[in-house]
Amino acid sequence: MPLLEISQLTKSYARPGGGRHRVLDVAAFTLAAGGQIALRGESGSGKTTFLHLIAGILAADGGSIRLDGDNLVTLGEAARDRRRAETIGYIFQTFNLLQGHTVLENVELGMAFGRGVDRARAAALLRRVGLGDKHRHYPAQLSTGQQQRVAVARALANEPRLVLADEPTGNLDRRNAREALALIREACHESGAALLLVSHDERVLASFEHMQDFMTLNRALAAPAS
Amino acid sequence: MILNLIYRSLRQHLLSTVVTAGSIALASGLLLTVWVVKTQTSAVFAGTNSGFDAVLGARGSRLQLVLNAIFHLEASPGNITAADYEMIRRHPAVKAAIPLAVGDNFRGWRIVGTVEQLFTDIAYAPGRHYAVVPGGRLFRLGKLEAVAGSYAAARLGWTTGTTFRPYHGIAFDPNGEQHEEVYTVVGVLEPTNTPADRVIWIPLEGVQTMKGHNPLAATELSAVLIQLRAPTAGLMLNNQLNAAGGRLTFAYPIGTIVAELFNKVAWLDQVLTLIAWLVAVVAAGSVLVSIYNSMSARQRDLAILRALGARRRTVFGAVVGEAAVIGLLGSVAGFAVFVVLGGAVAAIIRGQTGVVLEPLRWNPVFGWGPAVFTGLCVLGGIVPALKAYRVPVAETIAPVS
Repeated sequence: MPLLEISQLTKSYARPGGGRHRVLDVAAFTLAAGGQIALRGESGSGKTTFLHLIAGILAADGGSIRLDGDNLVTLGEAARDRRRAETIGYIFQTFNLLQGHTVLENVELGMAFGRGVDRARAAALLRRVGLGDKHRHYPAQLSTGQQQRVAVARALANEPRLVLADEPTGNLDRRNAREALALIREACHESGAALLLVSHDERVLASFEHMQDFMTLNRALAAPAS
Repeated sequence: MILNLIYRSLRQHLLSTVVTAGSIALASGLLLTVWVVKTQTSAVFAGTNSGFDAVLGARGSRLQLVLNAIFHLEASPGNITAADYEMIRRHPAVKAAIPLAVGDNFRGWRIVGTVEQLFTDIAYAPGRHYAVVPGGRLFRLGKLEAVAGSYAAARLGWTTGTTFRPYHGIAFDPNGEQHEEVYTVVGVLEPTNTPADRVIWIPLEGVQTMKGHNPLAATELSAVLIQLRAPTAGLMLNNQLNAAGGRLTFAYPIGTIVAELFNKVAWLDQVLTLIAWLVAVVAAGSVLVSIYNSMSARQRDLAILRALGARRRTVFGAVVGEAAVIGLLGSVAGFAVFVVLGGAVAAIIRGQTGVVLEPLRWNPVFGWGPAVFTGLCVLGGIVPALKAYRVPVAETIAPVS
């Protein structure tokens, strides 16, 4: 059975002048446990909304999102929050580190709302991403590439079954982007987490064996505006 | 986890936390001071009688008579004659009668003429008698000798052997008349924590016969302090001596008369209490404003926490908890403010009246005061907590272009 199985997933937003605007309409999507897939999508294609729905940050209007057999669409907000805390890691495009927390504390936040804080594991993750000596640093004291590595460590902190990465290399130069991508893929592979990465960077997309075009996946983009 | 979030938020906004907690501390300290002073002063003043039941003096206000004779404040309402003194001294209902004469001072410290029996025969409080610090003694009648109250002696820097010339009048005027007589301090009283500590005591005739005083009043007295054999005697003497048309005032019972003073100024007490509570509410409001204003800047952080799996009630609880901790920190610091403020107020009251307050003696406000302040701060934290509760996660964590 796939780890992630999506069927007839839809999401709409209210228009200011009335009516609703459908931004997402995905007929089917699957991801195997431990698998890694990239989605090509331009800005405004709804890929972030797609990731947010899978993470449970947004509620879908219809369809199903089965993660490890549980349909997230039928869960209430609190249950989705708990599921996200326990089984999903998220790497944001702009890292979204908490500036007032140290590097170690940021990683701990990745596990705090799920299985609970394990300081030793957080420290080990920082060593894994090459930041073992930066525990007490604050994000503002790190380079962009280092901040991205903290975000990777945080996404893996709760031993996720699925890691979602939204343009993880979007803010990095070429060298850092290459290193970050390699780190994300290796770390997910080592931990057994599946990886769903969205990007518009062809160099990133080209490195994946499995790649889908989100522009084709999201039928809402082809439909006429209602 | 919530405690961790609270701690880190307070740490991240340290200046705001310190300033807000500081305002709570000032408000809390003010409330504690007002409450403690309010509850203690009326009780202590009403309980201060220096061991006497009543005061006899010239016709006038009973309160003025008590303030003058017991607390050594105010001017005497007038003089009474030696015959009046003898009348009351010999009365079968009177156990002891101690004459007083006032009219002079030394640099604002009141000089009171009396007899040595005040110090040898009278217990100023149950089981407590006057005593002279070792190395000194009581004055002798007919001599230019003085015994200083402990507080007055300390403030004047006096010891046994110090000499001084009294100033005329009960209020100090550096350009006023200074008497020729030179008195010698022969003893300093041990502290009594009563108004007697603020007085310079000399023999009765010293005041009466001081050069420059009216020689016709050489046998007159300002007041007589009275101990009764039985409380019922007070009522009888009250009816007898306070009759309309009489020349005398019999102030009895002393505690009730002093309590009337506090009843008269009860409105002041209520105003002070109201002000203290207003300050408390304003301080709690500052918690609301401080945290609420920070919510805009913290929206992204809160949305990130929610995106990491924190539930709405977690972020709500973290913000309310933050307000509670600020209230608690402020309340604890408020005790330090109270110790300073209460100590200063007690020192002023002691300096002005000789009455000693004990600000640190247990008062129920030490329990409910901090609880109320913390509760007010929690209330102040609810509005910003609601804002945090409603943070739209997806929109807020979207990349800022």
